Amino acid sequence: MASAEILQIVLLSLLVSGTATLIGAGIGIPAGALVALKDFRGRRFVRTVAFTFYGFPPVLAGLLVFLLLSNAGPLGFLGWLFTPIGMIVAQVVIVTPIVMGVTISAVMVVERRTRETALTLGADESQWRATALHEARVGVLAAVMLGFGRAISEVGAVLIVGGNIAGYTRVLTTAIVLETSRANYAEAMIFGGILFVIAFAVFTVLHRLQARGIL
Amino acid sequence: MTAPAESIVFEGLRKSYGGREVLAGVSAAIRAGEIFAIVGPSGAGKTTILRLLDLLEGVGGGRIAYDGREVHFGDPEALAQRRRMAMIMQNPVMFSATSFDNVAYGLWLRGLDEAEIRGRVFAALDFVGLLEAAGQRSDRLSGGEQQRLAFARAAVLRPKVLFLDEFTANLDPANVRALEEATLRHRAETGCTTVIVTHNLLQAKRLADRVAFLLDGRFVEVSPTHTFFEDPARPETRAFLSGELAF
Repeated sequence: MASAEILQIVLLSLLVSGTATLIGAGIGIPAGALVALKDFRGRRFVRTVAFTFYGFPPVLAGLLVFLLLSNAGPLGFLGWLFTPIGMIVAQVVIVTPIVMGVTISAVMVVERRTRETALTLGADESQWRATALHEARVGVLAAVMLGFGRAISEVGAVLIVGGNIAGYTRVLTTAIVLETSRANYAEAMIFGGILFVIAFAVFTVLHRLQARGIL
Repeated sequence: MTAPAESIVFEGLRKSYGGREVLAGVSAAIRAGEIFAIVGPSGAGKTTILRLLDLLEGVGGGRIAYDGREVHFGDPEALAQRRRMAMIMQNPVMFSATSFDNVAYGLWLRGLDEAEIRGRVFAALDFVGLLEAAGQRSDRLSGGEQQRLAFARAAVLRPKVLFLDEFTANLDPANVRALEEATLRHRAETGCTTVIVTHNLLQAKRLADRVAFLLDGRFVEVSPTHTFFEDPARPETRAFLSGELAF
């Protein structure tokens, strides 16, 4: 396999999962913070739903997005099926509940701890909420990292929605599946190694930031 | 570090949790600038009084007035009153930041300019002997240093009223002494009204101008410190001081 082809697969993987993670974080972090910090009717129910979707099977997410984007589906007119955009949509469905669920947990832990301290130092309601979010920053970043980790390593959704089209929608995980099915184990291992290095690099950066006290 | 102190008057304070009455009508008048200690057995409601006075929760009955102004939990003016007060808890929570940032936090909330914040924070850190630790992460300080940092974090706000809730419990004698000295110096320099809740009778004796004995949700006795320890008026107080009171 040409190195240009491998590079294209790696870059598409990063683009699809990175974009899905950014969108998922853009939805999941504010939603998680809202559920953790704001008292409203049905809050407990929303929290339970968020945690339930935390373990949403990627292959099921892929199937649902496939049905939405297929020609007969309500969003078929967009023409996103078997495109990178469709794959991003599928991964957003997977990533958002993870980011939201972990954000809820992270913010709720510090909310209990910091609320009274912030109030005794003169914080108003919005100020202590901002403080709680700031204090939960490591947990929130971990939520984003976990979302990215899930996105880049999942295979079911991108395979169903993307179709594993060479040079267009093939990503690292679908390439591994394909090469394994062809008994090209060496190439499958190369893709597996690259996937591992990406995951390792992401979590090493997170760990370093924590160790240096930046987070 | 100067700020005129405020008097506190509370009458008939009541509070219940889950049907259990913790405060059953507590009243006292704390003079501006005095150090007022509340002692009593565990579970008597000492911390609850501080929480009500600091407007962290609402009363179940009764009234609280600062310098003659009645203030209620949840009212718009409660935030302004809370900002005239500060509290140091038994187990201080440090924000995940440097010592400087922890002390500066309350000033940032009040929107002060950076130059003033820097000056006040360094002065407050110096006040508790932690100037060298300004750039250190607060979670890497020892328990005693964290409590001194909590003192600086409160003192930097120049509160008119300072609440100390078992603020030296579980600390070594050197840190207890440092914090007690800081309390006395703070009062001497600012005239701040200080309300202390403590299990440590000797601490109450060393610091307070007056001492109140809380038992079963009521003040049994409120007396000047010397009278309280040397010639208490009530038999319950005498029994408590001699360790004979069974709980």
